[in-house]
Amino acid sequence: MTDRRIRVLVAKPGLDGHDRGAKTVASVLRDHGMEVIYTGLHKTPAMIAEIAVQEDVDVVGLSILSGAHMELFPRVRKELEQRGMAHVLLVGGGIIPREDIEALEGDGFTKLFGPGTNTDSIAEFIQTEMQQRWAKEGADA
Amino acid sequence: MSTSANGASSVRTIDPRAAWQEAFRAAAARDVDFTSLSGSELEELYGPTDADIDYERDLGWPGQFPFTRGIHANMYRGRLWTMRQFAGFGTARESNERYKFLLDHGQTGLSVAFDFPTLMGRDADDEMCLGEVGQVGVSISSLRDMETLMDGIPMDRVSTSMTINGPAPILLAFYIACAEKQGVAPEALRGTVQNDILKEYQAQHAWLVQAEPALRMITDVMGYCAENVPQWNTISISGYHIREAGSTAAEELAFTLANGMEYVRRGIAAGLDVDTFAPRLSFFFDSHLDFFEEIAKFRAARRIWARKMRDEFGAKDPRSWMLRFHTQTAGVSLTAQQPENNIVRTAFEALAAVLGGTQSLHTNSMDETLSLPTEKAVKIALRTQQVIADELEVTHVIDPLAGSYYVESLTSKLEAEAEKSFAEVERRGGVVPAILDGYFQSEIHRSAVRYQRATESGRKKIVGVNTYVEDDDGVPAIDIHRIDPASEREAKVAIAKLRSERDGAAARRELDAIRRACQDGGNLLERFVAAAHAYCTLGEIAQVLREEFGEFQEPKIL
Amino acid sequence: MARFLSGDRGALARAISWAENADDRFQAALSGVYERVGRAVRVGVTGPPGAGKSTLVNEVARLLREMERTVGILAVDPSSPFTGGALLGDRIRMEERTLDPGVFIRSMASRGSHGGIARASVDACDMMDAWGLDEILIETVGVGQAEYDVVAAADTVVVVLCPGAGDGIQAMKSGLLEVADVLVVNKSDVSGAARLALDLEESVHIRATTRKHDEEKWVPPVVSCSAGTASGVDAVIEGVESHRRFLADGRLEGARGAKRVEQVQRVVTERLAEGVWDARGWRTEVEVLLGSGDTPYDVASQVLGEILGGIPVAGAPGARKEAGCS
Repeated sequence: MTDRRIRVLVAKPGLDGHDRGAKTVASVLRDHGMEVIYTGLHKTPAMIAEIAVQEDVDVVGLSILSGAHMELFPRVRKELEQRGMAHVLLVGGGIIPREDIEALEGDGFTKLFGPGTNTDSIAEFIQTEMQQRWAKEGADA
Repeated sequence: MSTSANGASSVRTIDPRAAWQEAFRAAAARDVDFTSLSGSELEELYGPTDADIDYERDLGWPGQFPFTRGIHANMYRGRLWTMRQFAGFGTARESNERYKFLLDHGQTGLSVAFDFPTLMGRDADDEMCLGEVGQVGVSISSLRDMETLMDGIPMDRVSTSMTINGPAPILLAFYIACAEKQGVAPEALRGTVQNDILKEYQAQHAWLVQAEPALRMITDVMGYCAENVPQWNTISISGYHIREAGSTAAEELAFTLANGMEYVRRGIAAGLDVDTFAPRLSFFFDSHLDFFEEIAKFRAARRIWARKMRDEFGAKDPRSWMLRFHTQTAGVSLTAQQPENNIVRTAFEALAAVLGGTQSLHTNSMDETLSLPTEKAVKIALRTQQVIADELEVTHVIDPLAGSYYVESLTSKLEAEAEKSFAEVERRGGVVPAILDGYFQSEIHRSAVRYQRATESGRKKIVGVNTYVEDDDGVPAIDIHRIDPASEREAKVAIAKLRSERDGAAARRELDAIRRACQDGGNLLERFVAAAHAYCTLGEIAQVLREEFGEFQEPKIL
Repeated sequence: MARFLSGDRGALARAISWAENADDRFQAALSGVYERVGRAVRVGVTGPPGAGKSTLVNEVARLLREMERTVGILAVDPSSPFTGGALLGDRIRMEERTLDPGVFIRSMASRGSHGGIARASVDACDMMDAWGLDEILIETVGVGQAEYDVVAAADTVVVVLCPGAGDGIQAMKSGLLEVADVLVVNKSDVSGAARLALDLEESVHIRATTRKHDEEKWVPPVVSCSAGTASGVDAVIEGVESHRRFLADGRLEGARGAKRVEQVQRVVTERLAEGVWDARGWRTEVEVLLGSGDTPYDVASQVLGEILGGIPVAGAPGARKEAGCS
């Protein structure tokens, strides 16, 4: 592989319009050399999964501040699985209480980032995780 | 600072200012970023020539043009600000209970927070709303929900603020219809509906339809209320969301006032006399942590608005010149780490708002970065205002920071920056074209990223986040207020029941009448009030508007 | 490829990723479906930033769907030259198309300046074409050579301008007009639009009358529309179709044939760079030669001589290489 780059979908499920965090993270991931597709606001789980398919992303990052994460995050995961995208690295962030973080991390989400997370650490987490996955892919092939 | 040396002193005496400058330079400075929270450069000292003001022209007297010192002659000696805590969650019934609790604890006005489905003009049973009903505010899908929300609350005696924008005219119609059912005449209603769609496109993103028809609905509200609900504030022009989305103080000020002027232009263009609607416009600002910058921002806002209204828009009534505003402390300044520190932050922000002459104030609860506030946290937030009002003795003297070289200099500087921004908006053809270009959105995003970088690099300190960090400062497991999923089910059952009980033909007739008014230019608020009485739902009315006017699509700014 | 041929969207998406990454698997993937390539109409859409390209593409796609045509959209955005990252945000204007099974949208970053995007975008279009999409819209910001190369691979190039931000004089200076088969003045409701359309008409006319009369040449129509309010977009489609009718007379095959040759050149150049240059580790050798005082041209001649064995090498291979592939 000569020029593989991490492709990330930054997505806003649900009705809340608070995109400051999502856009800031998108910019930071770009600055870390990733190709970032931003969905825009108010996307349904089906739309997010469909975009992930067409863009063949490696990572899907969800951002939500409306409190509907326990409803919407697992739905996005299911929609991704139904479309053969169970392999993506699934992460999320927003106003998410600790016990919900634990529940989601046991339900297909690799990592949830709470309020006040350093954005560079999000980028580094994704890079480390993807390097491991690609190394494993290479070894398996 | 740029104060020139006193030329009259003899050659041999040492100029005190020069001596100070020398001593200042010789002394070691802490390794700190000495810029304002918004990133603007600050002098180490301000003096008489930095605050180049003409007292009568730039400050004037309280209650007089240009209102820099406040809009009332007696300010807080006459009446304190309104302590107005924004609240609402779950079903109308649950929120009704919280309102009664707050009124019992000395709150003097209601402030209704709606959930996202309501803010986006969707009924609780809409499939787009899964998991969102009642989460961040109350769910109101029809007049019936409004009746429950206001049950037992005398609508002629409370002033109610409703934070809603895209569907604001519809919710206002529910409120008016609800009052009529309580036997209260619309003339007796007091309150505010946010109804500020421009900042939705710029920052908050709860829109319903495209910009031009949305602006038409706003002038419909202005026109209807001027005649029928004369004590109602038809629009609360809001900088709060612009700031929370990441802007600087200067951008918050400039963009908000640019929006305000756009509404005035639209009102005039719709044939309204500026003095019939301008006195009912009010503003809503953020109060952030940079104490002096915030105070200066509030003072600059009053001065700019007065000058624009009198000199540019030709308003004759002094009430049209007065910028009245509500303030909320900065939600973005709160941290999830060591959440108790948020009480202190909020207190300072609230004090800045009071020293800046606010008319009403919401203080955030310490746990809001984690979830909806608990009752205890809400009470501490309210008590914070009461401590300022009753214990600090800061309310006795009007505009106490006037004449401070620093504050006056900042006030003038913010005014000058705002003028530059107005010119840029004009260059782009006005507020709406600038929105479609993504101008405001890009500026806000840039500032947000800059601030994020400043805090993450440690140039700007945040206690508990990048300094004085304690072990295990992740997301603390504190008591949080959760919305019972039963609320969503309850709201859905209620709406199904409503649809089966109402006169379906009458509801359809009213929806058709709305469609016709969309096309022929009839006053839409009048139609919405009639539709409310026929128990048309929010989602049904909003759907007609979406079909007739088209949905707004956000421009690409990334 | 069975999944690809049965219409699996994930398989198409993955094949495009292989093209993007210059992954070895792409060659076999293309071979497996190559007989199906060539049916789709390919339209390039370019113009300066802020001209409203994404909005126009979205509207054109909507109309094409009403005409029951399936649509592929390839949106190319520049990568940051410093970090290599990219923000790909064009989808945001195409929300309504997201769940339409007759539409496939892919965002692509330009990734470096070696012309790889020109090769990869042709590959992506070939794959969309083979997958069965009727119309392929390729959108780029018209700022640099790489972006020109991307749209130039289309059968018809639409250049979008609007009053103010990307005005006519700028466009003429930047050479945008020379690639245009259809000129669109977007935001026709904004003041200055009529003037811009007149200016464009005039310059198109001047170009048409001053060139040689040895063959019938295409004169780009100037079309005004307002994509934001969905008015006049059908005229854009009509403009594209009129160019297509002009091409029908054997010209399309000729143009496509020439583009195939260019694609071969790109693949050869890329593989030379990667397979031969990178793999053999010329770097140390080159450093030694440069250290001995040889000019970069002399060193390049020696390197190429060795790579190509007995094949004669021009005196200034660097210059030839540039002319051939950029």
